[in-house]
Amino acid sequence: MKIVQVKAKIISNKKLSGHYWHLEFVSGEIAKSALPGQFVDLRVINGFEPLLRRPISIHGVSGDKVKIIYEVLGKGTQILSTKKGGQALDVIGPLGNGFAYKPTLKSGGAKNILIAGGIGVAPLVFLAEKIKTVKPLILIGARTKGQILCTQEFKALGCKVELATDDGSAGLKGRVTDLLKNVLEQVKPSRLFSCGPHPMLKTVSQIALENKIKAQLSLEEHMACGIGACLGCVVLTKSGYQRVCKDGPVFSNEELIW
Amino acid sequence: MVKGINPNLSVTIGKLVLKNPVMVASGTFGYAEEFRDLIDLRKLGAIVTKTITIKRRHGNLPPRTCETSSGMLNSIGLENPGIDNFIQKKLPFLKSLGIPIIVSIAAEESPEEFEILIKQLDKINEVSAIELNISCPNQQKDKLISQDAKATFELISAARKLTQKCLIAKLSPNVTSISEIALACASAGSDALALINTLSGMSIDVKKRVPKLGAWAGGLSGPAIRPIAVKMVWDVYNKIKIPIIGMGGIVDTESALEFIIAGSTAVSVGTVNFVNPQASIEIIAGLKQYLVDNNIQNLNNLIGRLKACKD
Repeated sequence: MKIVQVKAKIISNKKLSGHYWHLEFVSGEIAKSALPGQFVDLRVINGFEPLLRRPISIHGVSGDKVKIIYEVLGKGTQILSTKKGGQALDVIGPLGNGFAYKPTLKSGGAKNILIAGGIGVAPLVFLAEKIKTVKPLILIGARTKGQILCTQEFKALGCKVELATDDGSAGLKGRVTDLLKNVLEQVKPSRLFSCGPHPMLKTVSQIALENKIKAQLSLEEHMACGIGACLGCVVLTKSGYQRVCKDGPVFSNEELIW
Repeated sequence: MVKGINPNLSVTIGKLVLKNPVMVASGTFGYAEEFRDLIDLRKLGAIVTKTITIKRRHGNLPPRTCETSSGMLNSIGLENPGIDNFIQKKLPFLKSLGIPIIVSIAAEESPEEFEILIKQLDKINEVSAIELNISCPNQQKDKLISQDAKATFELISAARKLTQKCLIAKLSPNVTSISEIALACASAGSDALALINTLSGMSIDVKKRVPKLGAWAGGLSGPAIRPIAVKMVWDVYNKIKIPIIGMGGIVDTESALEFIIAGSTAVSVGTVNFVNPQASIEIIAGLKQYLVDNNIQNLNNLIGRLKACKD
């Protein structure tokens, strides 16, 4: 699959809630070849401060449009949030491997479970859309109700959504991994897919191992090149260090050494 | 093309003839295949590979990069597949490009490793030159070879006996006098000098009170270091007469020109490859345009042509 660098026209850039933003840009090439779990690498400024591109998961595609959701955390994403519709955005993508999933499951068979923490919901919507026949169960965790994203999008896809918040303002009071444990007492899923903070992924991985379920985990790392050249964003696996940007960002839980 | 001149961008580094002076710096371009979708690699003056050691190296503990003001720190730690894997798996693609390939090499324990690597590379026709990385700050050593004029002289003298290929010594800026080291390289028979490698640096996460790099410290690169690099090129150019490949924060035509005017025969584009993969190609076009605009027939007539302010 070919990687492209494009000056993409921004269609819209809107605040969702809190620090979360939704941006849509036009790139037929990226939209056509993007897979769930892949990301784009954005240059937010024409200068060199901040220096590096910002890697952001692909949230979805429709026609020639690519959608992303990002969290304003530092200078780079702050600048990104000031971009307006009609402006050009320097984008490299699609990058990374994407989730390994079966697009169609046997009707009446075991479901997949998608587990999201915070902004980690972004690529899972794209994945949920691509899994046909038996829609996955969605578990979303966040600190508080206002930080829960994309529930309507999942519901519109026909997915059941369950929530967990640290403060109990929505769904279960506790961690999304507690919710996962509860669910696994009743459901034997086909596979787990997860994206979110590192400690959450570690717990999902442990739960998957204990329950002998395969899990696909999407990692987040600071990156320099985003295309596998600099060897900066590595993670330790059973076959040595692997690049999150190129060999990942999705790894099977059995590969990773925590 | 503007009427009149069609400037000549070709330069010579020892026995190596480059069609243009723009190469990509070791460690910032992988083995070139990573960039194949993004730029026309055949346009480059030369490609310098990521540094190769005899055995596979796993590299340093992550995190290995962190962004700094107009720059970045890295502590990759020379992760590479080892010379045999490099020759089998990475070199065929590089060979297929038909442009000069410069292989960067380093020793892990003893300088004799350079000799083993050189003997192996000397047999390969498509390896145009060998860059001796005697200046990587990420090997957790008390002293780098390029921080000691005597050790540098001995290593390059030994290397010189083993190959007729163009030998390039890559120098560290973390020294009291880079000219002294450059002189040792020239006396020992190095064909050219590559300067500068990264500056030793550190960055701290004050919330957690931990270093931002897993290896604690690393090498600083990017636009932040450019004035230091330009000055070092100028210093060395005025003392040593072998060609200089200048690098350190080159991001565009103007910054590449600074290095050429300061005395670099060729330039290496590094960290900006991560930010703007087109930079090297844009610089080649930009240099040509600069020569046209200034009515200079040959790029060689620009090297080291820094004027005094009063002129």
